[in-house]
Amino acid sequence: MNNLNVSKKVLELKNICKTYQAKNGEIEALKNINFNVNEGEFVSIIGPSGCGKSTLLSIIAGLEPKTKGDMYIDGKIGYMLQKDNLLEWRTIYKNVLLGLEIKKNLTEENKNYVIELLKKYGLYEFKDKYPMQLSGGMRQRVALIRTLAIRPNILLLDEAFSALDYQTRLMVTEDIYKILKQEGITAIMVTHDISEAISMSDRVVVLGQRPATVKNIYTIDFEMDNRTPLNCRENPKFSKYFNIMWKELEEYDKEEEKKDRK
Amino acid sequence: MTKRKKRKIENELVSEDRKKYLKRIKINKTKVFVTQISIAIAFIVIWEVLARMGKIDSFITSQPSRILETFLNLSSNDLLEHLRITCTETLVGFLLGTGLGIIIAIILWLSPFISKVAQPFLVILNALPKTALGPVIIIWVGAGMPAIIVMALAISLIVTILDILNGLMNTDKEKIRMCETFNANKLQILTKIVIPANISTLFNTLKVNIGLSLVGVITGEFLVSKGGLGYLIVYGGQVFKLDLVMTSVIILAIVAALMYESITILEKIIVKTKQ
Repeated sequence: MNNLNVSKKVLELKNICKTYQAKNGEIEALKNINFNVNEGEFVSIIGPSGCGKSTLLSIIAGLEPKTKGDMYIDGKIGYMLQKDNLLEWRTIYKNVLLGLEIKKNLTEENKNYVIELLKKYGLYEFKDKYPMQLSGGMRQRVALIRTLAIRPNILLLDEAFSALDYQTRLMVTEDIYKILKQEGITAIMVTHDISEAISMSDRVVVLGQRPATVKNIYTIDFEMDNRTPLNCRENPKFSKYFNIMWKELEEYDKEEEKKDRK
Repeated sequence: MTKRKKRKIENELVSEDRKKYLKRIKINKTKVFVTQISIAIAFIVIWEVLARMGKIDSFITSQPSRILETFLNLSSNDLLEHLRITCTETLVGFLLGTGLGIIIAIILWLSPFISKVAQPFLVILNALPKTALGPVIIIWVGAGMPAIIVMALAISLIVTILDILNGLMNTDKEKIRMCETFNANKLQILTKIVIPANISTLFNTLKVNIGLSLVGVITGEFLVSKGGLGYLIVYGGQVFKLDLVMTSVIILAIVAALMYESITILEKIIVKTKQ
């Protein structure tokens, strides 16, 4: 989808490995993970549950150390978790400012930027309300603005929509997709939902069973101009992509079952 | 404010059934309250009547009218002075116990190492009946107000540490993680997430603590003091002035209730109706 011929790399992973030390031994979670992400791209990471998808994201964010490998990041990272984690004792406005507060970056300019974001994405009139008074979809949007407030150019989404019910989820992914494209933010999303991955991504990285390696990278191209997560679900190519990935993931699950039986 | 307004509007729009339902709830509440008051009044009246009829010996049981009389002559027995002493000791013990308890709990939260080291000691100290330390405290601190305050402290401190620490430890991990995604340090996590998330734990501890401090102070006064309600109770018992004992006990009950209530009010002011 990216028509930039010379796309700039903003993230490069080279042979990333992660081994956990536990009381009953070593657990190899990631093994030689290699892939790049270009500026403005939306990349999803899918894989069997427990394969280490979230670990990979934590390593990219610098929340966890990697065991081996090289990583190149160009820019500032924002991170969005599954739950909105809004603080119920703070108003929406105060919640959105949390990241800036922690980074000690609460300047007038940044405050105005946050107000602008709230206005732009229809949350300004709720700025003095408390999280309990907002719907799940709105809360997730507030969480996004809290992350965007620190002006990241790379956004990591860790199952960011899984806690929402299906209807809300479709709407929120649509909203957030548009926001990210508008702000020109590169996104890397971990999800277990294949259709969500296809509907939002330019590329989908498929990881195998633990220790996870990159099994396949699919380029998603619907050959549409105004692509959004919702309208591409109606595209005939959508189910084609879905079937390929679904079968692939199913195979990894079967392999795991065989291993367990032995 | 807005909530109250909303409720008002709702009230004007409610159906007949809703009105009936609300009325029933109100009646039920009134019933409970009236029964409570009646029991208290009946108890006092029966006590008084039996004493007057000579069915019970008011020398041993005292009687409401004499308690009231003692109560009204607050100054004759220096009741006010004793009350002041007990209240001062309780408040000082309470503030010290709560303050120190919170500080120690936060230190333990900040350092898992210290926390692990302290674990068995805290468990033992918590199980130990602190009143057993009474004589030791008197010898170390000296008879008088300081010993009584230390007694109150001994009783409330460990419970405070354990309760607050437990609350701090159980803070939503996801929220802490969210803070870490902004590269928050441990102190920022403490002030932005852990402490505000534990305001209700704090107030629950305060409510328990005010009672425990009072227990500590009265026990301390039983053992050493020359003043205070605890002293008055012991003294009244020894000289068979049961009116004095009963009056002191009732004043104590009122003091305890007032202290508890003021914490509840403080909680309401601080927590408000944010949620």
